[in-house]
Amino acid sequence: MVGQLVFRGFIVGIVAGLLAFGWAKTFGEPAVAVAINFETAQHEAEAAAAVAAGKPRPPDDPVIFSRAVQSGIGLLTGMVVAGAGLGCLFAILFAFANGRVGNLGPGPISILIALFGLISVYVVPALKYPANPPSVGEPDTIKYRTGLYFLMMAISIATTLGALRLRRSLAPRYGSWNGSLLALGAYLVVIAAAFTLLPGINEVPATFPAVTLWNFRIASLGIQTVLWGSIGVMFGYVGAWASRQ
Amino acid sequence: MATDEKSVAALLDVPLKVAIPLQKIVPWAIFGVVFMGLAYYFVGAEQGATSIFSGMSIHEFVHDARHLLGFPCH
Repeated sequence: MVGQLVFRGFIVGIVAGLLAFGWAKTFGEPAVAVAINFETAQHEAEAAAAVAAGKPRPPDDPVIFSRAVQSGIGLLTGMVVAGAGLGCLFAILFAFANGRVGNLGPGPISILIALFGLISVYVVPALKYPANPPSVGEPDTIKYRTGLYFLMMAISIATTLGALRLRRSLAPRYGSWNGSLLALGAYLVVIAAAFTLLPGINEVPATFPAVTLWNFRIASLGIQTVLWGSIGVMFGYVGAWASRQ
Repeated sequence: MATDEKSVAALLDVPLKVAIPLQKIVPWAIFGVVFMGLAYYFVGAEQGATSIFSGMSIHEFVHDARHLLGFPCH
C-alpha cells in the first residue's frame, strides 16, 4: 500500500513539476531575462574599465548551455525533478498522517500537508534568505549562503514538527484551541530566535532594479505555491483512491 | 466491501478508520527521504556549494530552476 502511494506521489509530483514549469516560464523568466541583461551589462562595463586602465580584459563566463536551453528544457527538468522528489516525500507524510490526524478525510489531510510543507520548506526559510535572481549574490560566498539556507530550512522543518508534537501533547490538558495557541507561540519564539541569531545576507548590487527583484521573488513564491498546492489537491484523490483498496 | 460502491470523490472527506502501521511506512520513508534529498540536492546545490561531479554542466542546465525555486545558485 505504501509503495503504491509513493509511486502515485511520484507521478503526481511530475505533473506538479510541469504546472510549476508553466508558472515559472510565464511569471519567472521575464525577471530572469532582465537580471541576466543586467549581469551582462555589468560585466561589459567592468571589462571596458579594465581595458581602459591598460589591464587585460577579464574572461567571459563560458557558455555551456544557451539561454534557450536553460530557460526551456533545463528549467523543465529542474521543476520536474524537484516535483518528483517532493511527490515521493508527500506520499510518506500522507501515509503517516492519514487516519492519525483528528477526524479528517484524505482530502483535507492532503491540503494540510501541502500548506504546512509550503510554509516550512519554502516560505519561512525564504523570509530569512529570499530567492535571488542571477547577478544578486557574490560568487565567493555561495558555500556560506547555501549552508545558511539549508540550515534555516532544517530549523524551519524541525520547528514545525516539534510544534505539531507539542500541540498534540498539550491539547488533552489545555483543550484543542489553547493547546494549539501555546504550540504556535512556541513555534514563533523559536523561528524569531533563528531569524535574529542567524547572520543576514545582503548582496543585492546597488543599481539592481528593485521591481525586477520583487517580481522575481513573487514568481518564486508562486512557483512553490503551484508545486505544493497542486500536489496537495491531486494527492487528495490518491488518498481517497487508497481508502477504497 | 460497501465502500466499493462509493466514488473516489465521495471518499475525499471520509476519515480513514485504521491508519497504516508505522512498520510498513518506515522502509518507504527512508526511500522517500533519500529520493527527495537527492532530487533537491541536484536541482538545488550540486556544482554550486559542493560538487559530486566535476564541471558546471548540471549547475548550468538546472540554472533557472535553481534560481526560481529559491536556492542560492552562484
